[in-house]
Amino acid sequence: MTRFETAFAKGPALVCFITGGDGDTASNLDALVAGGADVIELGMPFTDPMADGMAIQEANLRSFAAGTKTADIFALATGFRARHPNVPLVLMGYANPMTIRGSEWFADECAKAGVDGVICVDIPPEEDAELGPALRAKGVSLIRLATPTTDTARLPAVLEGSSGFLYYVSVAGITGQQQAAQSSIDEAVARLKAASTIPVAVGFGVRTPEQAAAIAKVADGVVVGSALVDLVKQHGRDAPGPLQALTSALAQAVHSAR
Amino acid sequence: MTAQPPVNSLRSLPDETGHFGQFGGRYVAETLMPLILDLEKEYRRAQGDPAFQAEFDDLLKNFVGRPSPLYPAPRITEHFRALAPEGKGPKIYFKREDLNHTGAHKINNCVGQILLAMRMGKTRIIAETGAGQHGVATATVAARFGLPCVIFMGAKDVERQKPNVFRMKLLGAEVHPVTSGAETLKDAMNEALRDWVANVHDTFYIIGTAAGPHPYPELVRDFQSVIGNETKAQMMEAEGRLPDMVLACVGGGSNAIGMFHPFLDDPEVAMVGIEAAGHGIETGEHAASLAGGKPGILHGNKTYLLQDEDGQITEAHSISAGLDYPGLGPEHSWLHESGRVRYVPITDDQALEAFQLCCALEGIIPALESAHALAALPQLTAEMDEDKILVVNVSGRGDKDIFTVAEALGFEL
Repeated sequence: MTRFETAFAKGPALVCFITGGDGDTASNLDALVAGGADVIELGMPFTDPMADGMAIQEANLRSFAAGTKTADIFALATGFRARHPNVPLVLMGYANPMTIRGSEWFADECAKAGVDGVICVDIPPEEDAELGPALRAKGVSLIRLATPTTDTARLPAVLEGSSGFLYYVSVAGITGQQQAAQSSIDEAVARLKAASTIPVAVGFGVRTPEQAAAIAKVADGVVVGSALVDLVKQHGRDAPGPLQALTSALAQAVHSAR
Repeated sequence: MTAQPPVNSLRSLPDETGHFGQFGGRYVAETLMPLILDLEKEYRRAQGDPAFQAEFDDLLKNFVGRPSPLYPAPRITEHFRALAPEGKGPKIYFKREDLNHTGAHKINNCVGQILLAMRMGKTRIIAETGAGQHGVATATVAARFGLPCVIFMGAKDVERQKPNVFRMKLLGAEVHPVTSGAETLKDAMNEALRDWVANVHDTFYIIGTAAGPHPYPELVRDFQSVIGNETKAQMMEAEGRLPDMVLACVGGGSNAIGMFHPFLDDPEVAMVGIEAAGHGIETGEHAASLAGGKPGILHGNKTYLLQDEDGQITEAHSISAGLDYPGLGPEHSWLHESGRVRYVPITDDQALEAFQLCCALEGIIPALESAHALAALPQLTAEMDEDKILVVNVSGRGDKDIFTVAEALGFEL
C-alpha cells in the first residue's frame, strides 16, 4: 500500500497545510503530526499566489523575508520524511517554481525527498504535459483539484492521470474565505465519489472542528490550511503548541465523525 | 484582410490547444478552466457571426472614432534624415492611436470584449490596469453598455496615475487599490484573477493585453489587428506599397501585436518591438522580459518572464506604468524566438528624450509607452535608406504622463 492508501484506509483523514519557510516549519510539521494530521501539505511559496487569500499570501511573504529558496523546501521535505516515515507528504504550489528547472528535475527532487504527491494550482489537465508525465514516471502522485465549476463532462479528464486523492475545492474562490454550504458539499462529494476510484478530500474555508466533522461525514478527507497558517502568523516561533492543539481538535472531530 | 492564411503562414497560430510553439497555453486554476473553454466557444461563434463583426465595426467607427489617421511626420523625418549618414533616413509615418476615444489603442480591445461579455450574458465586468489606460477604456465600455465594473489597480499606480483614477470613477467604475506585492500591474492582475475565481458565474474579465490564458492572447490580438489592417490599407493608398518597417512598444504587447500581425506574412516588412529597459538591462531595474528574462509560467500563459533561478517573479521597473510588467504576450515570445520580429530595449532616459522631441517637432504629446518606440528612431533611421518607409505606432497620448515627466525633468507643477 502507498502512504496515501494507508492514511485514507483508516477512515476520514485530516489533511493539514502550512507554508514552507514560514516560522519554524520543521517543528510546526512535527506539531501537526503529533496533533493527529494524517496527510501533510507543505506549501511552496510563490511570488504570485493567484489562488490564495490574504492568510497564505502573507505566509508566502514571511517565507521570502526569511530567505526561503526551493532547496530549503526540499530540505524540509527530506527532514520530514526521515522523522515521519509513514505520513504522506504533499508539496502544493504553482507551476513556475515547479517547472523552471524542467519537470524531470522537479519530479526527481520530489522522489529523492520522499514526497508522495504534488498539487499544482495552475496546471489543469489541458496542460498536463508540463508536469504530469515526469511525476508519474517517478512514482509521485499528481493530485488534481476539482471545483464547483468542474461539471460531469469534465470530471473524467480531471481524474485521468491523477492519483493519491482528489482535492475538492468546495467554493469557487480563493483560499481562506467563507466555507461553502454543507448541502452543496454533500452533493458534490457524492457526485465525485461516484466517478472516482481515489479518495476525495474537501478543502477551502474549513476552519473549525465542527465544520471538519460535518465534511468528514461524507468525504474521505478534510483539508485545513489558512486557519493553521493564521496560528503561525499569530505565534511565530511559538506556533507548535497552538498548532498541535488545533490539529488535535480537528483530528478528533474528523476521526470520530462516522 | 487575408481570408485564408497561406501554407507556412506565420498567422495561423495559436494551435487548437492555444499554444504559439512552446508559448501560450491555459495555465489556470481548475475553477476558471470551464469558463475559459466557454469563452473560446463563444468567441468562435462570434467570429462566424456577421452581426458581431458589424456591431464591432460600427462601434469602432462611431464610438472610438476609427479609422485613426496614418500621419506622415515631416519634421521628425527631416530631423533624423539630417542626423543620418548620407542617403539614409527613411520617411516616417505615425499611426495615430493616440487620437482614439480615451486616448489609446486599449479601447479597440475593450469594445470587442464587452460585446463578447454581452453575448455570454455576463452582468459584471472586471479588469486590471497599470497606467490606467486600460482601466479607463474598460470603464468607458462598461458605462456605454450599462454594466457595473471593478478595476484592480496597484496602490502605487493609483498614486502615480491620479487623473486616470478620477476618470474611471467619473465613468462609474469602482477602483480597487491593490496593496499586495510591489503594488503595480502584476499585483493588480493577481487580484483580478482572485476576484474572477470567486465570481465566475456572472463576471467577465476584460484582460487588457494580448496575454493571459488562451483564448485571450488570440482574441485581444484579433481585436487590435484593426491597427495593422488600417495601416496596410492607408499605406497602400498613400504610397502604393507596404512600409519597409513597422515599430511599436511592447509591454504586454497588444498594440504591437495589433500592428504586426496583419504584416507577418509580408516578408518585405521588417518589424521591431521595443521593450522597456528602465534604468538599463545591466542594472536589473527594467521591464525587458525578452532581453533580461527567460520562459516561465505566469498569469495563465507560458512566456518570457523576469524571474530568479527558483522561478520566483522579480519586479519590473519602467518610468512608463503601462510597460511596468515582468512578462509579455506569448505570441511575442514566439515571434522573438522565430526571429520574425526584432526586439530592442530602450531606457527611461531615452524614452524621456524622445517624448520631448516628439512634442517639440510634431506637436504631439505621446504616451511614455509610445515614446519608447519613438526612442528607437535614432538607431533604426541611421540604418535605413531615405527612400524607405517606417511606421511608428503611436499607441497613446501622453496627457496622463505629464506629472511623471515633469517630475523626471525636475519641473514643479
